[in-house]
Amino acid sequence: MATLFEMNALSASYGTNIILQDVSFRVMENDFIGVIGPNGGGKTTLLRVILGLLKPLNGTLVFNSDLIDNKSIGYLPQISTGDVNYPVTVTDIVLSGLMIRKGIITRMSSSDRQKADIVMDELGLSEMKNSPMNELSGGQMQRVFLGRAIIGDPRLLLLDEPGNFVDTTFENDFYEKLRELNKRMAILMVSHDVGTISAHIKSFACVNRTLHYHPSHEITNDDLLAYGCPIQLITHGVVPHTVLKMH
Amino acid sequence: METNIFEYEFIIKGLLGAIFASITAGIAGTYIVSRRMVFLSGGITHASFGGIGIGYFAGINPVIGAAVFGIMSALGVEYLSVRQKIREDSAIGILWAFGMAIGIIFIYLTPGYTPNLMSYLFGSILTVSNSDIIALGVMSIILILYFGIFYRTILYISFDEVYARTYSSYVDIFKYFTTSLIALTIVLNIRMAGVILVLSLLTIPPNIAMIFTRVYFKIVIWSVISGFFGTATGYIISYFAGIPVGATIIFTLVIIWVIVKGINHLINILTNK
Repeated sequence: MATLFEMNALSASYGTNIILQDVSFRVMENDFIGVIGPNGGGKTTLLRVILGLLKPLNGTLVFNSDLIDNKSIGYLPQISTGDVNYPVTVTDIVLSGLMIRKGIITRMSSSDRQKADIVMDELGLSEMKNSPMNELSGGQMQRVFLGRAIIGDPRLLLLDEPGNFVDTTFENDFYEKLRELNKRMAILMVSHDVGTISAHIKSFACVNRTLHYHPSHEITNDDLLAYGCPIQLITHGVVPHTVLKMH
Repeated sequence: METNIFEYEFIIKGLLGAIFASITAGIAGTYIVSRRMVFLSGGITHASFGGIGIGYFAGINPVIGAAVFGIMSALGVEYLSVRQKIREDSAIGILWAFGMAIGIIFIYLTPGYTPNLMSYLFGSILTVSNSDIIALGVMSIILILYFGIFYRTILYISFDEVYARTYSSYVDIFKYFTTSLIALTIVLNIRMAGVILVLSLLTIPPNIAMIFTRVYFKIVIWSVISGFFGTATGYIISYFAGIPVGATIIFTLVIIWVIVKGINHLINILTNK
């Protein structure tokens, strides 16, 4: 597996307010990383640095130029950024994911539209392709924005708090869709909702000014014994758990 | 014969004015209604009255003064709200009254009688000069070309500015430039409908259009059509009834909106049952 990008001792700040400090982090092809941590801990800032929206203060961010450039990143922002009452159709929004490869003067070609049709079909949006956004449910809107993020066939997909606007009936569908997409792109998913993060996530990055990376299935019985007792958490029911190492 | 030629010119002027006003107001209006900039546009309109006053005082064309004031206040509010140094609605509210105050002070200081003042406040086709019509015509062409060429870029920046920033470094340039064009459009249409009424010329047609469609370019087209219909009808009514043209146009547009909305509502009720 090849590396997509690597951060080395990277720091980032807004003005004098240092948000990320000394972050070293590597993302490989086909990674599915859950980025977790408290609000204000720097999760979104991490995405902004990767997207090139925020210049690092110190340190480096190096992309593997054989596989990825800054145009092959798909991004699903938090829902609040788009005005859902804006008069724009589902097809138009999905097509806007291609703007990254186009100039300011642009027409969408018939092959662009075919591409949008394929993506909308894949995400179950074909029936509402000409609908305005305000006729859609929360789950449908989320799939539209996901369509926008993946229409350009990105190598890396950044998801910022997708749990914010998922309605629970769509949640399983959505994470199942992500698992399929993960076969062809690496995924970095930000969530403050550590409790219900998807089971498809392969590894975790805890961000709270610094970044601590947890490879998957890292907790062994020996680790558990280090706490002085074999069990620290008891829950009822069938909810699967992922337990991360202390740091 | 003299009267006929005069009437002929008057009708042509009115017709061209109606066409260009509905094109410019339809394009600019769809943009401000979609982006929820109606209040900002109100601020721009009233701030530009300051420019009209200074224009009178300095003896230059008041439209030029209004254009400078309009564009500067538009850019000022966009800039301040981006920097978040002041709440946008407060900034607009201050600007709104400040522009009017400057306008009134300078018109008061201007020696002699200022005959066209009422026409700037309420609009009058009688005072619309040929150069005003030409300016509106040029503005129509500029707006059609600008929105035609950059349609997707403008649409996507308006819809989701944060996302647009992830792929484009031109977001601010487009925002400022488009807002400047909107300010200019408003100022040029002040001659038609006046400072107090011009905003309705921009906002009512898109709202009529949005009863039928939620697709951006279709809203533009329906705005222009309904705007022209309302403007021309209002113009004719005002001519025969001898009442102020700006007010008649706005009155006609509102009536159209109410009728269309009512019919649409009726159809919805009938088809649902």
